[in-house]
Amino acid sequence: MAKFQPLCDAVAENLHDGDFAAFEGFTHLIPHAAAHEAIRQGRRELTLVRMTPDIVYDQMIGMGMVKKLVFSYIGNPGVGLLRRVRDAIENGWPNNLEIEEHSHAAMANAYEAGAAGLPMAVFHGYVGAELAEVNPNIKSVTCPFTGEKLAAVRSVRPDVSFIHAQKANKKGDVLIEGIIGIQKEAVLAAERAVVTVEEIVDNFDDVHSNACVLPSWAVTAISEVPGGAHPSYTHGYYDRDNASYVAWDVIAADRDRFKAWMQDNVLDASPDNFAERVKNFRSAT
Amino acid sequence: MSDVRPDEMMTIAASRALRSEDVCFVGIGAPSAACNLARLTHAPDITLIYESGTIGTAPDVLPLSIGDGELCDTAVTTVSVPEMFRYWLQGGRVTIGFLGAAQLDKFGNINTTVIGDYHNPKIRLPGGGGAPEIATSCGEIFITMKQSKRGLVQKVDFVTSFGHGVGGSARENLGIKTKGPTLMVTDLAVWKPDPETKEFTVHSLHPGVTRKNVQETCGWPVKFFDQLATTVAPTAQEITVLRDLQARTHVAHSNATD
Repeated sequence: MAKFQPLCDAVAENLHDGDFAAFEGFTHLIPHAAAHEAIRQGRRELTLVRMTPDIVYDQMIGMGMVKKLVFSYIGNPGVGLLRRVRDAIENGWPNNLEIEEHSHAAMANAYEAGAAGLPMAVFHGYVGAELAEVNPNIKSVTCPFTGEKLAAVRSVRPDVSFIHAQKANKKGDVLIEGIIGIQKEAVLAAERAVVTVEEIVDNFDDVHSNACVLPSWAVTAISEVPGGAHPSYTHGYYDRDNASYVAWDVIAADRDRFKAWMQDNVLDASPDNFAERVKNFRSAT
Repeated sequence: MSDVRPDEMMTIAASRALRSEDVCFVGIGAPSAACNLARLTHAPDITLIYESGTIGTAPDVLPLSIGDGELCDTAVTTVSVPEMFRYWLQGGRVTIGFLGAAQLDKFGNINTTVIGDYHNPKIRLPGGGGAPEIATSCGEIFITMKQSKRGLVQKVDFVTSFGHGVGGSARENLGIKTKGPTLMVTDLAVWKPDPETKEFTVHSLHPGVTRKNVQETCGWPVKFFDQLATTVAPTAQEITVLRDLQARTHVAHSNATD
């Protein structure tokens, strides 16, 4: 059953040096508060996986926590490139970063295969695409029924996945609404799953029967962190802080400016600061 | 309309290629503007799909990212990302994939991965995202991008998304059943592939643009169709709707904290 605990304890108990970890979110519901807690706790030698590593992975990579990144799109959505990721890949700062690059279709299939307990995913993909030539983990299989050649990739099975969601009920079931991305698969594919939520409610009696709910027994830990997705957003709670994504491009462009920002906004901050950061973005209710 | 900017002409010309009956997988940036302009003008029933899982979306402003909340609020349905890629894209339900490109060659092969060598890149770009499979699973591919010698190149540094390969029947030879790139709209011209060689060839020049303008901003020797046309100038309605959309978008993205 999911354990309700402060975020610092949930991260300390579930994320270890050298882990294969996912902090998933597809533009929506990105678990910034959990990632910032991981940065404060100084975890090292992580292999991070995510379909769309954006500014929070830029931050973790810039802080030197990451030895390898598995991904399918590394960008600041709607803004441009990720400066810290580029500095790591192009210049090895602050450390060399090994990359394993896929397409979205491959990653989505790989997470789903992980959730399904399969060793690999099979799909139509990578035809003519050069990624298949530079990534040795992109292989192919022949369909035993039709003889068709299909793309094959290893399933993604993280040691731990972190996601952010709208709410948990008192039993520890978790509700995810809106753009649900790959979060359900990321949780079910992982050995351990930590969920930050906007609020904890009495029950889900008013929730639609087909809603995306993760039962308490599929989740390891739940931490209540209002605003925990900022500058990403939580559907029904607050909007995306687009200006922060634009501002990040300038902050991350310079190593010293980046370090100063991380000191002020992450290392010297706490999960309690997130509620304040979203107060101007609260959806009208 | 002498005051029409080249990027406006590009968006408007690109929007005209879309029809109400199309199911279109929308890339962010220039494709997103063109697709929504089509929806707000001549193609009100077009189904727009963003890779975040939003199907049949109708945003009032252009999204900054492929996962903005308004895409979900206005969608017919929002599905998970694996469902998006497995059932809807891989399943062959999407008629048009509308993509942008950092680098593109004359056969419509797209690079959004690296400038320079993959293992030792000069510039690390964001990568393919959904594009490698959009390029082969959608019925056909439309491309829109501004012309420059850095963008339209003789040889892309990396084939992120397969177009027509080395031209001719390269797609069929790889067993791909979809048409691939059938249209490119730039800020200067509308391009279509030569029926045989599949080389992008200029089909019409936007009003006021010369052959020389097109060649000066393209890295390969440009070919023009014999019946070279002039792109129909934007109508007052197209311009008004596009500018209103851009203005609403600007307000929504810059004043969010007010």
